[in-house]
Amino acid sequence: MTKTIRVDSANQTMAIGQKLAQYLAPQDLILLDGDLGAGKTTFTKGLAKGLGITRPIKSPTFTIIREYQDGRIPLYHMDVYRLEEGGADDLGLEEYFNGDGVNVVEWSKFVADELPDHYLRIVFRRDDSEGDNVRKLTFEAKGDRFEKMIDEVLGE
Amino acid sequence: MNLVARDLVLSFETSCDETSVAVIENGNKILSNIVATQIKSHQRFGGVVPEVASRHHIEQITGCIEDALRDADVTYDDLTSVAVTYGPGLVGALLIGVTAAKAVAWAHNLPLVPVNHLAGHIYAARLVEPIEFPAMALVVSGGHTELVYMPEEDKFEIIGETRDDAAGEAYDKIGRVLGINYPAGKPVDELAHQGKDTFKFPRAMDSDDNFDFSFSGLKSAFINTVHHADQIHEELSREDLAASFQQAVVDVLADKTQRALKEFPVKQLILAGGVAANKGLRERLTKEIASFKDTKLELVPLSLCGDNAAMIGAAGEMLYRHGARADATLNADPGLEFEWLADEAK
Repeated sequence: MTKTIRVDSANQTMAIGQKLAQYLAPQDLILLDGDLGAGKTTFTKGLAKGLGITRPIKSPTFTIIREYQDGRIPLYHMDVYRLEEGGADDLGLEEYFNGDGVNVVEWSKFVADELPDHYLRIVFRRDDSEGDNVRKLTFEAKGDRFEKMIDEVLGE
Repeated sequence: MNLVARDLVLSFETSCDETSVAVIENGNKILSNIVATQIKSHQRFGGVVPEVASRHHIEQITGCIEDALRDADVTYDDLTSVAVTYGPGLVGALLIGVTAAKAVAWAHNLPLVPVNHLAGHIYAARLVEPIEFPAMALVVSGGHTELVYMPEEDKFEIIGETRDDAAGEAYDKIGRVLGINYPAGKPVDELAHQGKDTFKFPRAMDSDDNFDFSFSGLKSAFINTVHHADQIHEELSREDLAASFQQAVVDVLADKTQRALKEFPVKQLILAGGVAANKGLRERLTKEIASFKDTKLELVPLSLCGDNAAMIGAAGEMLYRHGARADATLNADPGLEFEWLADEAK
């Protein structure tokens, strides 16, 4: 099941992340895909805010995983871009996926082999005909739980 | 018995891509500093090693220990302590160094000293000349952009940091847009020296009254500029793009550092971390420091800007004197951070 929406600003992207956070539970997996600067980290900032995390969400690109323990439930924010040439199996991702927090993974195609069956994937695309700030967000739910979730977050 | 007391630290650094083991005498003299890069492992093993793999560290670490002891011409019996980076960094990578250091310390009954990777970067300066306190450090690397105030040698307080991307990471990301492979710092620096700041990208947070950095707006502006040109099939000068980007990064770093120096007068400003190798940044800080008569600028030499175990030994010796110890329960702490100055004041 997929659903596409349009957002006009970074603030709107954050607001959707913040709203989604209310529905999340430990072991939920959110995949964020899209080009550099498309809004993946902005979305995660909103999601973290919705979880009650007050620390700034910094880019996880270099350390691959950043952990935030000060919210309603832990947030594990991962950027696996640097695993383009392999190495994903050494990271112990399944321990995070089966762990105590929400997992957000950017550039998920590089760890496609490690992903469980159920997840919510959001693809961020620029719309060049409409300026620098407009994005199309496509939500792709795998599993009943996430299908219901996007209905509730985005409206029927 | 040896009449001249020699303090010898065997130090380990495996927080990221480099496997490194060093022997440091009296905290400031490098007897050996073995750094196994991917290139070497490629030559030694005849295969491509994944960029991020703790397996790479496992393969290298024992060889590095042997080489470090041999090059320093010492044995385990000569050592005073073992120092190791336990964070921040990649957890799987850190664990190899931590485990190796614990094993050596346990087997040879040596004290084990846990070292923050960033303290190591700052203490690389000590391998050139003694650090004078109070001191300030601008630590810039692929994973960090921090202003650290040090009232005393064992006190590290963050007064400013990046709110999004680290400076080095911003280089890597715009490098991607220019088709330059990771790590992009050096090639972009070289391109920048052939171009001019014609694009006038935004200087993020320049007007804010704090010491924090932000590079994500600059990254977006850069991407948008290239993207718009692509759409109308216009070719932009790569040199000017690189120069404009670098000028914006350097302006923000230099501006915040100057402001910090005004509020926290120090005897020494240390520029450390992988991005401290950037020529544009070195030139700029050298120029700016002239207006701070009581502050000396210490540029960590290029050979010690990247990750290495010598810097961990330099910090480890100091921490050992201040009583820092770990036992066999020491674990990697991938998200390790210094205290915020503001937190302590609260």
